Amino acid sequence: MRQLRIDLTKCNYGKDCAHECESACATRVFKLDDPALAALHIRDHGDGTGTTILCDQCGDCVVVCPAEALKRNKLGVVMINKSLCVGCYMCVGFCEKEAFERNPDWAEPYKCTSCGICVKACPHAALEIVDVPEPAYRII
Amino acid sequence: MDIDFTLRTEYHAELERVRASRKVLKELTFTPSLPERGYNGRTLHVDVGTLAVAEKPVTAQMKDVFVGGRGFGLWYLWNAVKPTTRWNDPENEIIISPGPVSGITQYSGTGKSLVVSLSPQTGIPIDSNVGGYFGPFLKFSGFDALELQGKAEDEVILFIDGQKGVMRFERIEGCPEDSHVLAEVLTALYAEDDADRVNVSVVSSGAAARNSLIGMLNFSWFDQRRGCIRLKQAGRGGIGTVFRDKKILAVVCRGPRIKPDLNHVADKEVLAQTAIKYHMEIRNNDPHQCMMRRNGTAHIVEIMDAYDLLPVHNFQYGSHPDTNRIDSAYWQQRCTQRTSDGCWYGCSMACAKGADGLVLKTGPYKGHMVTVDGPEYENAAGLGSNCGVFDPDYLLELNFYCDTYGICTITWGTLCAFVMECYQRGILNLERTGGLELTWGNAEADLEMMHQLARGEGFGLIAGQGVHGMKRIFAERGWGDPALLQDIGMEVKGLEYSQYMSKESLAQQGGYALTNKGPQHDEAWLIFMDMVNKQLPTFEDKAEALYYFPLFRTWFGLNGFCKLPWNDVVPSDNGTTSEPAKVPEHVQNYVDVFNATTGMKIDKDELIHQSAKVYNFQRVFNIRMGKGLRQHDVPPYRSVGPVSREEYESRAERYDKQMREEIGVDPEGKSLEEKMAITREFRMNRYFKLMDSVYQRRGWTPDGVPTQARLKELGLDVFPEVVEVVKAHGG
Repeated sequence: MRQLRIDLTKCNYGKDCAHECESACATRVFKLDDPALAALHIRDHGDGTGTTILCDQCGDCVVVCPAEALKRNKLGVVMINKSLCVGCYMCVGFCEKEAFERNPDWAEPYKCTSCGICVKACPHAALEIVDVPEPAYRII
Repeated sequence: MDIDFTLRTEYHAELERVRASRKVLKELTFTPSLPERGYNGRTLHVDVGTLAVAEKPVTAQMKDVFVGGRGFGLWYLWNAVKPTTRWNDPENEIIISPGPVSGITQYSGTGKSLVVSLSPQTGIPIDSNVGGYFGPFLKFSGFDALELQGKAEDEVILFIDGQKGVMRFERIEGCPEDSHVLAEVLTALYAEDDADRVNVSVVSSGAAARNSLIGMLNFSWFDQRRGCIRLKQAGRGGIGTVFRDKKILAVVCRGPRIKPDLNHVADKEVLAQTAIKYHMEIRNNDPHQCMMRRNGTAHIVEIMDAYDLLPVHNFQYGSHPDTNRIDSAYWQQRCTQRTSDGCWYGCSMACAKGADGLVLKTGPYKGHMVTVDGPEYENAAGLGSNCGVFDPDYLLELNFYCDTYGICTITWGTLCAFVMECYQRGILNLERTGGLELTWGNAEADLEMMHQLARGEGFGLIAGQGVHGMKRIFAERGWGDPALLQDIGMEVKGLEYSQYMSKESLAQQGGYALTNKGPQHDEAWLIFMDMVNKQLPTFEDKAEALYYFPLFRTWFGLNGFCKLPWNDVVPSDNGTTSEPAKVPEHVQNYVDVFNATTGMKIDKDELIHQSAKVYNFQRVFNIRMGKGLRQHDVPPYRSVGPVSREEYESRAERYDKQMREEIGVDPEGKSLEEKMAITREFRMNRYFKLMDSVYQRRGWTPDGVPTQARLKELGLDVFPEVVEVVKAHGG
């Protein structure tokens, strides 16, 4: 399945790299250059380390969605079917990776779809799209 | 609002010291279980004095008559106490019960617990509903209720591990007491690792609860996004005071990881269909109806102000020019948006809002950056407009300290407003308050009074007795006219009013004073349908509403439902139904969700019948404890009409019009005192007439006692001691 990965050793946290990645994502989805809206966040711990907050397509959310609005596509990426989403935010509450974001228009939530636009935007080549095996079905 | 969360004060430095100070007093094992169709079939009784633990079966009669939640709480309390029992006797209990529906993740607002105890403020049973994760965790550990009885010698912590089947009584030397620190530390202490913190919930109170009658309980949940604990409150009636009097520092439950269908419901398909329909309705309608998802309950602030119903200066007035400083437009930008707020999983309404980055200006945590919930409407109105505090940061700080000290925000708002009016009228002064200049809007004096209470000193200790206690103390000391204190002290049965100005809503006057536990809006919140939606135009409509809605809303507390998703967002065609005030589609949703969970087959009439059993049982319980008759249902006049000259004059046109058109007296040429006396007589008579009608409709005698015929109709005649109480009082 298609997964976005970040090499944090190449990232300088919250400066040009992270900002560009985040902005690229937000611009693509919302047409707004606002990193706060991105589906990808890089949290700088201030001590030379950081945490990436994004969807690794684990699929836990597929199980908790009461409306069956979350499904894997043929690339293995978990996608939200907007027409089925009821906006209950179960996925937001359950996602241990905090990958879901609440939509500014308060409709369906959104998350990283491994689209890869940030890969091109990152000036330090910290990001890559990889193909990995789909995880075993996990009961949560 | 951009907040740098990394600057938030953390309390994990306490953790290692606390871990090292732990002493296990007793350890037991139990078999964890998950409910079937909403019930585990057993409850847990704990005596914190002897550290004895016992499991009790949930009988068929308990399910049939009391259903769960508040019903189980009242039944256990009835069996635990005698008519002579007082709140601080060891036999008094605190019962926490979530109810059969509580904990489902499909439908909105289903994570509630009901907490029941003999109230230090009222002397009769109090019930308080609360979010947070404790109740569902308790249930998914294997217990439909928890009874806490006895009194410990020294501070004790009860830990229930529903994953491992272990229960422990522990003592921690020098453990922090205030909830925002204690819950943070204990969550980290009892979680196996960081990821496990979402599975831990802490029930605690705080320093002020130990020194007052108005203590409340905090139920925590771990907010994964913010990386901190947050608190929901079982606020009313002083249950936190009972908790601290029992020397319980905390009760902690570690439940299993929450996933859909831990309740093992009877019909998943019906539940899913009902839930999805409702989620979609909130998603589509909320943005056009009340914006609850974005603003929480604080959206009502400006509506109440616009309709002259917002409590201002101890319920003297209904609006204020500065309300815009604390209305939803402000909270929308002050509360952090775009996170998964909400006090239980799967709630689309998600009205619990987190206000991050509050830097405290006063008290022991001065300079700390904290996250505080809210404010909810009750807090904005009670701590805010009712006391003349329109500075939002101070309002949040008052909210924070109420939470962490373990004080009910509604109670504090109302009692502080009373104190400020006493100060306004010269009943209190600098000498009597020990230097606190409690003028309207003086948030610093308000906070200092609260800090004093937490420290156990000064005028704060007097304030901590609540309005009822203060009226007695002031009268004993010769401070003010007792009749005036009675008129302006907003309490009934000893419980302070919640935050609606009811002078112009007869229905809400009854909704407050004709309640079982005392004036609290969760039993009959009729002001919106009466004054805003104009759904109760006639006297008969109001009397009928005071029969139906208290029973309907009681049902939420039997099952573990939140009351908000019922009528805050409604179906688009609700206005065209025959009974729009009841929101018929949602009533049917509740019937469907209950049936789908439990496998029972109730309809909307049986729903009311279920509630009526518990409601009347509670009324008899009140009478048994010496309070529950007509004389105890009389409101202070401030709740009914204008007490002071300036109040009358602020609405002179309205009162004169009423005199002319409804009383049939020409106000022309009459003195203000004469007009006030005529208005008072009319309004109180109207209230008593409503009382008669409501009692009759409820099947009670003119003295407010359920009749034996009513008991038989409800199947309560199988309890001889219940019948005995009624007989002894002419029922």
